[in-house]
Amino acid sequence: MQTEKEMANDIIRRSGVNPLKCMKCGKCSGTCPAYEDMDYHPHQFVSMVQKGRINELLQSKSIWTCLSCFACIERCPRSVEPAKIIEAVRLELIRRQGCNHLKSDAIPELLDDKLPQQAIVSAFRKYSK
Amino acid sequence: MHRIGVFVCWCGTNIAATVDVKAVAEAARKEPGVVFATDYQYMCSEAGQALIRQAIKDNALTGVVICSCSPRMHEATFRKTVQAAGLNPYMLEIANIREQCSWIHKDIKEGTEKAIILARTAIAKVMLNKPLTAGESAVTKRALVIGGGIAGIQSALDIAEAGYEVDIVEKQPTIGGKMTQIDKTFPTLDCAACILTPKMVDAAQNEKIKIFSYSQVEEVKGFVGSFKAKIRKKARFVDENLCTGCGDCTSKCPSKKNKNEFNLGLDNRPAIYIPFAQAVPKVAVIDAEACIKKKTGKCGLCEKVCSAGAIKYDQQDEIIEREYGAIVVATGFNPIKLDKYDEYAYSQSPDVVTSLELERLMNAAGPTQGTLLRPSDGTHPHTIVFIQCVGSRCDDARGKSYCSKICCMYTAKHAMLIREKYPDTDVHVFYIDVRTPGKNFDEFYRRAVEQYGVDYIKGMVGKVIPHDGKLLVQGSDLISNEQVKIDADMVVLAAAIEPDPTARSVATMLTASIDTNDFFTEAHPKLRPVESPTAGVFLSGVCQGPKDIPETVAQASACAAKVIGLLAKDKLLSNPCVARADESLCSGCSVCQNVCPYGAITYEDREFRIPGPKRSEIRRVAQVNEAVCQGCGACTVACPSGAMDLKGFSTKQIMAEVDAICR
Ligand SMILES: Cc1cc2nc3c(=O)[nH]c(=O)nc-3n(C[C@H](O)[C@H](O)[C@H](O)COP(=O)(O)OP(=O)(O)OC[C@H]3O[C@@H](n4cnc5c(N)ncnc54)[C@H](O)[C@@H]3O)c2cc1C
Ligand code: SF4
Ligand code: SF4
Ligand code: SF4
Ligand code: SF4
Repeated sequence: MQTEKEMANDIIRRSGVNPLKCMKCGKCSGTCPAYEDMDYHPHQFVSMVQKGRINELLQSKSIWTCLSCFACIERCPRSVEPAKIIEAVRLELIRRQGCNHLKSDAIPELLDDKLPQQAIVSAFRKYSK
Repeated sequence: MHRIGVFVCWCGTNIAATVDVKAVAEAARKEPGVVFATDYQYMCSEAGQALIRQAIKDNALTGVVICSCSPRMHEATFRKTVQAAGLNPYMLEIANIREQCSWIHKDIKEGTEKAIILARTAIAKVMLNKPLTAGESAVTKRALVIGGGIAGIQSALDIAEAGYEVDIVEKQPTIGGKMTQIDKTFPTLDCAACILTPKMVDAAQNEKIKIFSYSQVEEVKGFVGSFKAKIRKKARFVDENLCTGCGDCTSKCPSKKNKNEFNLGLDNRPAIYIPFAQAVPKVAVIDAEACIKKKTGKCGLCEKVCSAGAIKYDQQDEIIEREYGAIVVATGFNPIKLDKYDEYAYSQSPDVVTSLELERLMNAAGPTQGTLLRPSDGTHPHTIVFIQCVGSRCDDARGKSYCSKICCMYTAKHAMLIREKYPDTDVHVFYIDVRTPGKNFDEFYRRAVEQYGVDYIKGMVGKVIPHDGKLLVQGSDLISNEQVKIDADMVVLAAAIEPDPTARSVATMLTASIDTNDFFTEAHPKLRPVESPTAGVFLSGVCQGPKDIPETVAQASACAAKVIGLLAKDKLLSNPCVARADESLCSGCSVCQNVCPYGAITYEDREFRIPGPKRSEIRRVAQVNEAVCQGCGACTVACPSGAMDLKGFSTKQIMAEVDAICR
């Protein structure tokens, strides 16, 4: 079993994000459209991964409610790319459980014409690793 | 016979911690030609220099090698030392065993080995040194100031005060710079015009100061003490000497819908205009792109109404050549363009403005006569959101990596002024950090919060969404850990500042250096902050880095002091390490002239004796003007005949150094 610190290092490596670049401006959380549905917010992910507080994030609602819209990546003034950290935390869980939340075969049924492409991609990101 | 002395400096532990200084002195002593070698804790100290002088006398030294810090640091110091002991100052070589050795090595064995090699290299060179004598050049007692903002004006006034002539070249039709567009100034809130206008008038009336407005420096040649500049005085189509500044023409001009630059395009001006009431010089200028007469040949109304007969539609640009001893760069700054930050909706709503635009919207001479009204519909804004650090402190391709330094303070100023004048207005300021170091600055910011009730929110705005005539501002409040949404009437963006777009071309013209952000680089960031590394070029104001007015003025005066120090000299000693052409080898091919960045090389026909019946022939050979040559060495490597050599850095000396390293 990995320690939280080891997990954090894995997450940092996998995401390619350097959390030390964050200047704690909060622009990511200021821009995030899913903010209200999150318990931990994008800037908190950056800060908590840096501090090695992974277990709390693994339990969080946010890893599933993040829309993968990348607005935070687009607008972060320090090029931190918070969404990549959120995704890396999510992967930690998905990989560990070794199970898919959704089978790709099941997806066509769920599609309707109004669904933005980005949402489909986002769904795959979350459930079909 | 050479008698060389070698002096190895410890530089405290700077060198001695990674280089065995005694071993270096020991090894140097064994080199042929070396008759004396020693080490000492601080060679540059008074005691260290005395030791060198004594050793020169006691051992009748003919050359000296000092193993110490970079020659940039103390070469001049040690030249004086050896000169005081009777040696020619150029019989000295420095082996840099600090920056290039002890500071970059960790292992004492490696460091020592390298220091020994560096010492022996310098010894090999000094054996071939020849005594050199510096030439002299005259100093033109006049300064050129490029840019007529508060920085340029202050430098010019101080230089003139000392009795020297100064020319200010300003590209706009008036001097004054950005300060003319500011309403009130922190931290005392006095009106900018009230403190700036008297200085502009002083400059205009000072008989030592000549103002070339609507002009640009096109070419600079020469060197410290004797620069030659070409100034292009753009045609303003109005005779400066006849125009009285009455403004009759401006009210009659039928071409009225042209963006008014002074009010940042928030209102319009006629084709013939005077930028603002206190402009200096107060002379009209015709915008040829907008003038009906210039475009179609018809109209000519201004000429008819001008009782002074000042309108000259056929005026041409004029080129003026002047000589200067010193040049001050004071080209200032501009706020960045915000097209890359459209999450703040700057291009989508006229009610999203920059801080400089807000200055105009609050100024009595502005488009709204000083009443703060929304540009979209002219109504009073009741909720205003300020966003700091827009484009500053960014790590991405969109913005600037630095803090613009002035925006925290001017935002506090704006917020406070609005709360004072319109107490029914809610003011919110989103900030990342509030940076207010400076005398009475933090007190000023706290006053905005505590006395004026400005709501400071720690966090950034993510986006601004225009909707139904309002602006929905969505941002972070990091202290309460929530996402806030504010329905605002206006949004003000504290845009980052950047150097004037001409900075790069001015730097190239002056062979002065700029950093990656195009700010001019100082000769030393701590000890020579107002000089550029190029001799005779000085820096004043924001062109060197972000500054507020108090700092700008302090730097402008410091810069003037340096200029005065230079102009007060009658002669300057030139660097004797200059190029020289061996006429017997030169083929007159002109390659060297093409590579010389300073224009120091000319050609001359010379008569040479040759064997045979003709006895002599005329050949064209290169001549180096020693006063102009900067010793860069470009010609020495370009010359295909090997005729060019640099005194003090001859090919022979450099080969001897290479041999010593490879030994
Ligand atoms: C919104 C805002 C509010 C501010 N409020 C305050 C305040 O309240 N208090 C305070 O202390 N500071 C304030 N400042 C800062 C202040 O404006 C600057 O410190 C000051 O203007 C710097 O003066 P400068 O002469 O270096 O540059 P500038 O004012 O930019 O002057 C440079 C001049 O050089 C000219 N120029 C540029 N290139 C050339 C060229 N190649 N040839 C000829 N001429 C050229 C320009 O046209 C300009 O006239 C504020 C700044 C902003 C943006
Ligand atoms: S926007 Fe970037 S710098 Fe700002 S808090 Fe988020 S991750 Fe950190
Ligand atoms: S990618 Fe996720 S965290 Fe980032 S802004 Fe979109 S929803 Fe928010
Ligand atoms: S000639 Fe040109 S500047 Fe003069 S009034 Fe006509 S349009 Fe205006
Ligand atoms: S001065 Fe203040 S607002 Fe301006 S860039 Fe620096 S921190 Fe940001």
